[in-house]
Amino acid sequence: MAKIKPRVKVPRKAEVGDVVTIKTLISHPMESGQRKDRKTGEVIPRKIINHFKASFEGEVVFDASIEPAVSANPYFSFDMTVPKAGTVTFEWIDDDGSVYTAEKKIAIG
Amino acid sequence: MDFSRRTFCQLGVGAAALTLAPSLPALASTDPVQDAILAFTGGAMPGEGDIELTTPEIAENGNTVPVEVSADGAATIMLLAAGNPNPGVATFTFGKLAPYRSAATRIRLAQTQDVIAVAKLESGAFTMVQRTVKVTIGGCGG
Amino acid sequence: MKKLVLLIASSTIAGFALAGPGPDDNTLVIEGETLISEVKTTGDHPLDTIYSGWRFRKPETQALETDDFENPAMVAVDYAHDLWETPAGASNQSCANCHGGVEEAMAGLRANMPLWNEAAGKPWSLEHWINWSIQEHQGADPWKWESPEMLAMTALIGLQSRGEPMTVQTDGPMAAWIERGKDLYYTRVGQLDMSCNQCHEDNYGQMIRADHLSQGNINGFPTYRFKWSGLGSLHRRFSGCMKNIRATPYKRGSDEFVALEAYLASRGAGLSIETPAVRN
Repeated sequence: MAKIKPRVKVPRKAEVGDVVTIKTLISHPMESGQRKDRKTGEVIPRKIINHFKASFEGEVVFDASIEPAVSANPYFSFDMTVPKAGTVTFEWIDDDGSVYTAEKKIAIG
Repeated sequence: MDFSRRTFCQLGVGAAALTLAPSLPALASTDPVQDAILAFTGGAMPGEGDIELTTPEIAENGNTVPVEVSADGAATIMLLAAGNPNPGVATFTFGKLAPYRSAATRIRLAQTQDVIAVAKLESGAFTMVQRTVKVTIGGCGG
Repeated sequence: MKKLVLLIASSTIAGFALAGPGPDDNTLVIEGETLISEVKTTGDHPLDTIYSGWRFRKPETQALETDDFENPAMVAVDYAHDLWETPAGASNQSCANCHGGVEEAMAGLRANMPLWNEAAGKPWSLEHWINWSIQEHQGADPWKWESPEMLAMTALIGLQSRGEPMTVQTDGPMAAWIERGKDLYYTRVGQLDMSCNQCHEDNYGQMIRADHLSQGNINGFPTYRFKWSGLGSLHRRFSGCMKNIRATPYKRGSDEFVALEAYLASRGAGLSIETPAVRN
């Protein structure tokens, strides 16, 4: 998949105090830096998502520093307590400095 | 390619011993897995218990192995793959809004090896668990 | 680590296949819907029961297909939704402008592939139909067979047939193409001098080295394969198999692969479409 696209699953609604499971994925080849170009024999340079962070209303819930041993199209799933209505923001950082983001709102009710 | 099997043995609370495979000289500090663990713990030996690591017994494909790790009260959990070219996999840090200090992801394993999880608990203690995952090399169909 | 040598040339592979676990008994339920992964055949089908490739995979792999978030192919489906709405070509029209919503417009279409095209005088794979519409109606450049756009769009369109039984036309002009596909299926080729049936009919359920052989049904394509770390087309899969037996593969979209696709669609008739499936 050539495009780097995030995908997140967050419940749209919850009660205060509920624990929700949040799932995230971003399409990314996670080039490990271990592979060699078949024709030239040169090492294909590393280019991965090296950091992922999920925050609720600015407060970090889950943070992952990532090595090339994480699979292509990196997937992370974790739980969060919902303290109130608010927005979950997600951020992925690429070796090349690009930052990819996504956000989802959780309503109470 | 050399593949040495490392075993970590902890003996009782407060006392732990790390044993390297006999083929490595005892004084050498060249074990990257041990180095990674000690760097994480600041030199302390991790205990065991209160940490769970879920991995398949046999991976369908070494490039996508689902794993889940969880440790009550963990501030940070580090995942290592002892038989990969580099042992580091990922380090998870949990905020106050994370009730179950657990995370699931998919990892690459280059060969049959131990996956190791080390947790730093909020109490300041460290705990560790490891599981062997068999990785078969196959793959019909280009 | 030794490079894997998949097979040693031999007139039969029976001696090299170790006893394997066979297809399991699991029921395929995707997002609450039960799919048919096993069909008792009738007539002179060479197999008594046909199974989806899903039934040959490990539980962790199977689980990834049962949930539309866990399924790593779905991010490509998202991309295709965007493409569906994007104007393209001289016409500056999007797919949606003519077709409306993809769910209604493309419902059931992939289940009938490859579909006879009267004007062309041959059956067309889904990729052929998509590219024809792109060029004819949008006035845009066609997509390469294995491009991210084509894989995403065939996955999105295929998804609108998920749960439908695979049903290809077998009579009329399709009969000759299916016969040709059957010939290809049973003809030995390549340096290893092998044919599809030797693995997928005679030895399905066995282990070939580390791989668990399926019957080679096509109801899940395009498929997310771990080996590819991404989606891949059916014709890519055919091509890979041919390379494994050291044969020169036919081209994607070739008459040979379309004929083979038609035969396999008839051979797996009744299995639910699982597109986009998750496999090894």
